[in-house]
Amino acid sequence: MPAETPIAQLNMAIEPAAADETPAAVKAKGIGVIGWVAAVWLILVVVVAILAPVLPIDDPEAPGAGRALPLFTEGHVLGTDSSQRDVLSRLVWGARASLTVSVGAVAMGMVFGGTLGLVSGYRRGRIDTILSSLFDVMLAFPQLVLALSLVAFLKPTAPQAGAGEVVEAAGGLTTIQILILALGIIAIPLLARITRATSLTWSQREFVTAARAQGAKDLRIMIREVLPNALPAMFSIALLSVGIAIIGEGALSVLGMGVEPPAPSWGNMIAENRSVSRAPLNALFCPVIALFLTVMALNYLGDAIRARFDVRESSL
Amino acid sequence: MTAPSSEPSAPPSSGPSAEPLLAVRGLVKEFPIRAGLFRRTVGAVQAVSGVSFDLHRGETLGLVGESGCGKSTTGRAVMRLIPATAGSVVFDGVDVQRAGSSALRALRRRMQIVFQDPYASLNPRMTVQAIVSEPLRIHGGWSDGGAERVRDLLDLVGLRPEHANRFPHEFSGGQRQRIGIARALALDPDLLVLDEPVSALDVSIQAGVVNLLEDIQDELGLAYLFIAHDLSVVRHISDRVGVMYLGKIVELGTADELYDQPAHPYTQALLSAVPLPDPRKQRERQRIVLEGDPPNPAHPPSGCRFRTRCWRKLELEADGVDTSACSEIDPLLSADEVGHEVACHFPKVRVMV
Repeated sequence: MPAETPIAQLNMAIEPAAADETPAAVKAKGIGVIGWVAAVWLILVVVVAILAPVLPIDDPEAPGAGRALPLFTEGHVLGTDSSQRDVLSRLVWGARASLTVSVGAVAMGMVFGGTLGLVSGYRRGRIDTILSSLFDVMLAFPQLVLALSLVAFLKPTAPQAGAGEVVEAAGGLTTIQILILALGIIAIPLLARITRATSLTWSQREFVTAARAQGAKDLRIMIREVLPNALPAMFSIALLSVGIAIIGEGALSVLGMGVEPPAPSWGNMIAENRSVSRAPLNALFCPVIALFLTVMALNYLGDAIRARFDVRESSL
Repeated sequence: MTAPSSEPSAPPSSGPSAEPLLAVRGLVKEFPIRAGLFRRTVGAVQAVSGVSFDLHRGETLGLVGESGCGKSTTGRAVMRLIPATAGSVVFDGVDVQRAGSSALRALRRRMQIVFQDPYASLNPRMTVQAIVSEPLRIHGGWSDGGAERVRDLLDLVGLRPEHANRFPHEFSGGQRQRIGIARALALDPDLLVLDEPVSALDVSIQAGVVNLLEDIQDELGLAYLFIAHDLSVVRHISDRVGVMYLGKIVELGTADELYDQPAHPYTQALLSAVPLPDPRKQRERQRIVLEGDPPNPAHPPSGCRFRTRCWRKLELEADGVDTSACSEIDPLLSADEVGHEVACHFPKVRVMV
């Protein structure tokens, strides 16, 4: 058989060469300039929100007297609102409330939606059909209306208690917790769907079959093989969802169902000052701009992260 | 063997041990075709239709055939990665198809698979170390010198210890296939199903991987079920070879018997298509070109499945021979006519160059 001689002659020492050079293209590829700018802004917002109690700023809820102060006034860089409260201080404390609500809601969506989506995409078949229909039903509700009714349901008879006091609902939940629950329930089907779609494709790759051939159990395969591959897409969507949740909290505040005044959130700051004819413009536009920049930063960072991991994927 | 039978005869190379490591009998795998609103089953793709073979310890059985003939499905059904529709697979006395979950886990230690696509078969988010150690972690052998075992395995397949901390995308196709082989060997199996392990690789690299597989077999005494469509690679590595066409084994014999005295018209057509390194011989040799495509496995032809493309049937009909048996009777594997098993009503040895 002449055809076998070339095979026998070729030595196996030919090939180990390609892997010695490190893939510089992959390593140098970061998240880009825009990604970094977005990341720096988000880190700033988060750090400021966490440090709010120790920062040398005024009490965000203590009203002063007299007229609202404009921007760049001595002692009030961003001026004051119509109740003479320092806008910068309210912005910082508002970031704390807005971020807690949005990150909490998305975390809840990630945990529950991610789990359901992972199971759905990995197992397929009947479980997938049932869970997917459930997600579809949840997505069919208009989201703001669903959030509104959830908040109203969870906070039955909110006694308009004295100023500065956190309102306790019947179930013992604070307003923040109620908002996290309401927005989290809305986030669940969104994240579940994305997780399901990515898990579905990854579950059909041969390394999953290889894991089964080794005798790995389903739970192990889902956590060790499928989840790490689905995570970048999940994180990217989660970042976008944080932006949506911040806006959602704002929308609920505008409708009077958000964080209870006088405690500030970006949403209720906008709500309180939305009547342009009476409110000072700095008190309206400072939270609007902060909200805008943060949501945009979340979007860009989400995109940058996805692009970063897509490149690695396509280099395979 | 006297009577026509689908049971394969014992291979001559197997020595005195009569008990085969792997005995496959009448393996059938059908994929249902569903249609309509209620997803009713309206038919079945007959991917594997009654495949039987034995595989002994330390032996290599090659399975060849064109794309879609059911080679890979056979390999996966043997591993029970997909459930078989009918038939039995007995691995060292244990019925694989009926094994309970703990028995199956024990079996998984002893039979492993290497996949065709080295790009899809390694998890891109795991380091080589994690990939190769995963079988040990699953079966609880990690704490007992697992790191050392991984180092030995990498050394065995020709990778360096410093490769352990890298990710699969940092390797070439051939090196990835070596990682896949190291992973399959981690549990010290008795049987390796090699599902086209070199088909996706560059020709220059195929040789390295094939030689590696042979070295490993010599060292560890593994049995290989080597699935491929490259006939010269299969001859190089196999002790016995089975040729598959449309879900059935049409010819089964030792590598020398099959390549030097092929008796089935399909085997002869396949062999006539193997490129020869000598261009003069290549120009002069006779080629048998099959007309048309393989039939739809959802509606295979009656009788002999190869009859729709069989060149010998046409030759015989031209000579006035009655070939009605071809379309009426499904030929069984039989070693009566020629020295090895052929599933043909009119087997005839024809020496292919």
